[in-house]
Amino acid sequence: MTRLAKLLRTMPPTAVFGLIVIVIYLVVALSAPLFAPHGQAEIVGAQFEPWGEVYALGTDALGRDMLSRLIWGARNTVGVALATTAIAFSLGAVAGLLAAALGGFVDLVLSRAVDVMMAVPPLILTLLALSALGPGVLNLILVVALLDSTRVFRLARATAMNVMVMDYVEAAQLRGEGTRWIILREVLPNISAPLIAEFGLRFCFVFLTISALSFLGLGLPPPMADWGAMVRDNAALITFGDITPLLPAACIAVLTISVNFVIDWMLHRASGLKE
Amino acid sequence: MLLNIEKLKIEAKGEEGWTPILHGVDLRVDRGEVVGLIGESGAGKSTLGLAAMGFAQPGLRFSGGHVRFDGTDLLTIPERQRRAFRGRRVAYVAQSAAASFNPAWRLIEQFCEGPEIHHTADRAASEAFAHELYAKMHLPDPEHFGLRFPHQVSGGQLQRAMVAMAMACKPDLIVFDEPTTALDVTTQIGVLAAIRQAVEATGAAGIYITHDLAVVAQMADRIKVMRHGREVEEAPTQQMMQAPTQAYTRSLWAVRDFRRPVRAVDRAATPTLRIKGITAGYAQHNVLNSVSFDIPRGATVAVVGESGSGKSTTARVITGLLSPSAGVVELDGQILPPRLAQRSPDQLRKVQMIYQMADTALNPRQTIRQILSRPLQFYRGLTGRARDVRLHELMEQIELTPDTFLDRLPGELSGGQKQRIGIARALAADPDFIICDEVTSALDQLVAEGILRLLSRLQDETGVSYMIITHDIATVRAIADDVVVMKNGQVMDRGQQAEVLDPPRHAYTRELLASVPQLDPDWLRRRIAEGVE
Repeated sequence: MTRLAKLLRTMPPTAVFGLIVIVIYLVVALSAPLFAPHGQAEIVGAQFEPWGEVYALGTDALGRDMLSRLIWGARNTVGVALATTAIAFSLGAVAGLLAAALGGFVDLVLSRAVDVMMAVPPLILTLLALSALGPGVLNLILVVALLDSTRVFRLARATAMNVMVMDYVEAAQLRGEGTRWIILREVLPNISAPLIAEFGLRFCFVFLTISALSFLGLGLPPPMADWGAMVRDNAALITFGDITPLLPAACIAVLTISVNFVIDWMLHRASGLKE
Repeated sequence: MLLNIEKLKIEAKGEEGWTPILHGVDLRVDRGEVVGLIGESGAGKSTLGLAAMGFAQPGLRFSGGHVRFDGTDLLTIPERQRRAFRGRRVAYVAQSAAASFNPAWRLIEQFCEGPEIHHTADRAASEAFAHELYAKMHLPDPEHFGLRFPHQVSGGQLQRAMVAMAMACKPDLIVFDEPTTALDVTTQIGVLAAIRQAVEATGAAGIYITHDLAVVAQMADRIKVMRHGREVEEAPTQQMMQAPTQAYTRSLWAVRDFRRPVRAVDRAATPTLRIKGITAGYAQHNVLNSVSFDIPRGATVAVVGESGSGKSTTARVITGLLSPSAGVVELDGQILPPRLAQRSPDQLRKVQMIYQMADTALNPRQTIRQILSRPLQFYRGLTGRARDVRLHELMEQIELTPDTFLDRLPGELSGGQKQRIGIARALAADPDFIICDEVTSALDQLVAEGILRLLSRLQDETGVSYMIITHDIATVRAIADDVVVMKNGQVMDRGQQAEVLDPPRHAYTRELLASVPQLDPDWLRRRIAEGVE
């Protein structure tokens, strides 16, 4: 408990800000039905109503409540990004650790497969895969996760290789420990700091990718509220000097910046631990 | 007086603000004089040496005292003026030449950089001076030596090139920070002789920092002993070697006297380990050429030789990390399968290993309890109370209080304590045989002696056999029953310690022993007179 208190006391203001923002986003995302005055697909008024007492942030091109859609969007966009990052991580980290621990043929096959995937520009590959498989939440998550796992693979493999040459890993090998013990007990705890930091960064990238895909029309299927798509749907308003389409963009920006604040602090702590 | 450091205080930034690491130390160096700084790691030797240049490492700050160099207080003048002193009037020779040279530049370019920046000589003059110094340091082909890149010369040559570089601007004072610690004894003596001759020829004063008493006795006119950021005592070399006044200094001096009593070793019985005609290597290159020797039951066998002699490769073959292309290893008369994966758990248990760097040998994320419990559980299936009892026994065997240390992480232990945990981890397996790979070379002499005493005691108690890999003759003399001398992957000589060493039986053993610095301050002078290069 005292360690936690000390941790909080030594946190820089940027990290505190980031953490608070993330918590707010999570609360909003988890309890969207409580906060949102209307449903995400519910048409409640005329098109493009201005900000006012009835609709706090006006309505969109189809007459849906903007505020409600922003709140539902938190749940959809953040939820999908989180699921995608988690899958990308499990896939990439497991493969990377196996490649580093087993070496030889396994490493060769996995590394070359990843190289091939990374040789094609990711956005093109994503668009290709999504047009072939058809849009849909599950397809979106799987395709983006698979492509992102290549980055995680490279990081996990590189950091794990550094740990694999340590004497304590050799000591475990000489003891006769199996691959499972070596990966889980000797290697993983020593690469957790860079992996966690990478998780945060990846989350931001995935988040932006999904928003970009939504903007291009291949993201979350309508009528699900998604921040990227919301920017596109209401882009016309910009020409009238209305800032409403910028609100979902701002939601994306604030979350991305906050996550990065927290990661910076965690990276700083991790490098400090190494002395 | 050239350098006069008075009541110097330096503080380090820690988690709880600034903590002092030098508590008001004085240091005086006259022109042409070499002062030796000696002490264990953390004594503040290097910090004091760097302070002579008015420099404090990042995270440190000057908090009091004066550093007067030839009358100028380096601590009060602005950084720009201090830089005019560095390299020009005070130069610095670091421990690792390989890490200090820029690998992308030829040696001569780096030599000429200083004179160019300080405008002390033009290019032609400094190149000529470089050739002169290279020749004085017995570097091969001095005219063209400078055209090489750092990776094209040997470690000893690079260290000499660095000493030459420090002299490029003809400084008044050179700070030598452990310049030979990373070298083999046979290489070290050449560098020591070169430094000594070059210092005498140029008349520069020096500060010589080391933890090796015998080396400082050769190099210094005066010795200052430091501990915990304070001066212990200071005296001219002869007086300091013969009559140290402080108990701490005497304990440093006494370290080298540790001798284990000669024991009866049963050489007729089946040896614990027998190595028969091992040839092994990487790719096409053979590192070991038909190496054979025995480790008698309960005995300590020291394997000595310089780096590249194949000592560590022998250990890798024994542990099964490297399969030999010919020859076998026998454990208790039974042939050990060459590959680790083919060995039975019991065979793995019987052969254990202790590493040189305790820092990398212990997983930094596991507590001492976890580190020591695993072999107990893995080999013996001990759990719960039985395991706790054994854990406490082990900790008591390595002389660490169980309750204090069991729940700490390795990062919270000192170097010597970490090495003890490494020993306990090996002991936890109840092994027949332990390989000790340079276990004391990363430790201070006092701590190293403690480890050697511990190893001897544990052998008396458990009857385990040791193979000690080392390049340090003092370690061999202290605890080895038998000695194996290796060079270029071959066994040069082997036998009981007295047979091999007293007097040295083989020509290479003789060379090895003659290169080990002695406490006698005239030793290096004699060796130079005998023609050491």
